[in-house]
Amino acid sequence: MGLETIFGHSYLTTRLDAAVNWGRKYSFFQYPFVTACCGMEYMSVFASAYDIARFGAEYPRFSPRQADVLFVVGTVNEKLAPVLKRVYDQMCEPKWVVSFGVCATSGGFYDNYATVQGIDKIIPVDIYIPGCPPRPEAILDALIKLQEKVSKESVLDRKYK
Amino acid sequence: MTSYLLETIRSKFPDDILETHAFRGDETVLLKKEALLKAAAFLKDDLGFDFLMDLTAADYLPREPRFELVCHFYSSKHNYRLRLKCPVGADDPKVDSLTPLWAGANWFEREAYDMYGIKFEGHPDLRRILMYDGFEGHPLRKDYPLKQRQPRIPHRG
Ligand code: SF4
Repeated sequence: MGLETIFGHSYLTTRLDAAVNWGRKYSFFQYPFVTACCGMEYMSVFASAYDIARFGAEYPRFSPRQADVLFVVGTVNEKLAPVLKRVYDQMCEPKWVVSFGVCATSGGFYDNYATVQGIDKIIPVDIYIPGCPPRPEAILDALIKLQEKVSKESVLDRKYK
Repeated sequence: MTSYLLETIRSKFPDDILETHAFRGDETVLLKKEALLKAAAFLKDDLGFDFLMDLTAADYLPREPRFELVCHFYSSKHNYRLRLKCPVGADDPKVDSLTPLWAGANWFEREAYDMYGIKFEGHPDLRRILMYDGFEGHPLRKDYPLKQRQPRIPHRG
């Protein structure tokens, strides 16, 4: 952010962390990379019954350049892997990745010639959500875990070099 | 069991039919692959089968002939279905394309080519349809290694 290069680890930057992280964790813009059936569950988290907006993650952006969190929702195959990598590379820092459902997490039961055995073979992942598909509560839980994770980060961190 | 349809086809192509059978109204004709195109044309032109519902293949390794091409036809005029199958050997996996008769065969044949490596002669554009360029082998063949992966971009360590 500029300041940290002048002050390094000091009172000023820790207070800055608190303010910046507070802002970041309650205003996630997400990029839904939806490829399969898990998408239905993702939609229901957005709809009024579960209403992910209550947690500040209101807005799915359909441009990776405007998103903070990449939700990889569904099965990713080898044919698609370069696309996922490119979407991830296009996102501006700071960025986080949530792997949604067992397919994205480990390939799930698709242990075959076509399926990537977990998107962490392609891009780094922050939060994994198990389930086929996960229940909406599990997604809200993952979002809260991501918020906790973000609140522990520092503006001095350079996660992605 | 006698069936009008099976009898008609058998008497039309007595030398090419290997076997016919019917199971609960599901009628199947097994014939030589050289006769596939003319039998299909006969079905289309004379018997009113106007719809090619499906065209796929199966691998029966280690049997020889190893592959079997499976075509499902439907006649919307007579509400009648028929399955044509033809054995295809591994050393020369070539069959005549049905695309000149049914344009819908185009993508089915590309899929059978992609998955099993069966070549369709006379197909206008026989490329892979599901797997990507650069993919080697045919993944639904029984001897394709179960754990073989062909990533397009390097995987992280
Ligand atoms: S985890 Fe289950 S629900 Fe989700 S994409 Fe895979 S198969 Fe579909």
